Amino acid sequence: MRDKTGGDRRAAGELEAAVLAVLQASDSPLSPADVRERLDDDLAYTTVVTILSRLHAKGVLDRRKSGRAYHYVPVADEPGLAARRLTQLLDAEPDRAAVLARFVSSLSATDEELLRRMLASADAGPEGA
Amino acid sequence: MPLALYLPLALPLVAGLAARPLAERLPPKLATWLLAGGALVLAAASTAALGLLVLTAVIRIPLVDAAGGMSGPVVRRLDPASLPVALVAAVLLAAALVAAGLAVWRRGWALVAAGREARRLPGRRQVVIVQDPAADAYTLPGWPCRVVVTSGMLVALSHAERRVLLAHERAHAAGLHYLFGTASRLAAALNPLLRPVAGAVGYTLERWADESAAAATGDRPLAARALAHAALASAGGPLRPSVMALHAIGSPGPVPRRMAALLRPPPRPRMLLVSAAALLLAVAGASALVAASDMHGLLEYAQAAWAS
Repeated sequence: MRDKTGGDRRAAGELEAAVLAVLQASDSPLSPADVRERLDDDLAYTTVVTILSRLHAKGVLDRRKSGRAYHYVPVADEPGLAARRLTQLLDAEPDRAAVLARFVSSLSATDEELLRRMLASADAGPEGA
Repeated sequence: MPLALYLPLALPLVAGLAARPLAERLPPKLATWLLAGGALVLAAASTAALGLLVLTAVIRIPLVDAAGGMSGPVVRRLDPASLPVALVAAVLLAAALVAAGLAVWRRGWALVAAGREARRLPGRRQVVIVQDPAADAYTLPGWPCRVVVTSGMLVALSHAERRVLLAHERAHAAGLHYLFGTASRLAAALNPLLRPVAGAVGYTLERWADESAAAATGDRPLAARALAHAALASAGGPLRPSVMALHAIGSPGPVPRRMAALLRPPPRPRMLLVSAAALLLAVAGASALVAASDMHGLLEYAQAAWAS
């Protein structure tokens, strides 16, 4: 997608995120070919396999042999649980929560209503999300 | 001298009122530097002014006069502040120093803990994806900073929106935004009148990262949608009725304001606003220096009177 050499390290996180999102959205385990088909990007088959094995090595994905290819499924794994505990720990103390740069802060009911209305008018414009 | 002493104490109030309009109107990077830097200058100036007021009480003590070689009657005749004012200043100064000490301690430990967690996260890459159905994304300050995104957040966003999210969090990490937040919080601990300024810095840091993400993707409406979808996904968790009721009526919170800002063209630097803010800081700094030098002059005069 982006430049092949220098952008690789930066792009890797995005690709892993995209692949994981595909698997999260699916009810059943997926083969690399299934994943590739459902990705918005046009990625090489080997790239998808590489990303899947990397995520598996990280313990984010579980895989089982089915036919000739592995099928992948997200797992509730140890690092994931550890990270979740971390989030809770950080949330528990105001000072710790304050050092996190969160993407979005909590919404009030007014904010939620306002956002939905703004989204509706933004989506009415070109290119829906 | 009294004006030079009291100006640094009054100007943080002005800064507190001006912080939010500045945060909304200036480009966020400029606003962050101005507000965080300004908070530090004003906190230093007001603390120095309190210190000088306390000094006027201390030099009334005959023993101190004798030890310092100063003429007591001369000190009392020239003294610019009344004793009750000086005593109030002493209480405020003690409270400010204790609050700042606590803030340094707590914030320091929070940063150390976050840095330790950032190192312990799996893998070596900057972005860490964790299995968690709750939609969340944040940057952990550390050496280096790490970006944590939950799988719940990934599912909630489209592919293009995920790029916005990652660009936003990378901007936090690359710009060492936690340092600005920490600096302004410390200033607010020294002088509680600066709390609105610290709050405004929290907002401009998010806007700074929003603008970076919009620039990285070259699509402002996309950045706005990503923000809204992420916020609504995060809010999809269990609702806390008491909090909801409390905030049900009110002005728009930070997320809708950020979204609205992304749907507008990027803000331009406004020289008049920046100059006005710079002037306020210069006046505060100069007043504190003038007050300190006046105090020095008074002490020397009293010493000369004692010697003669």
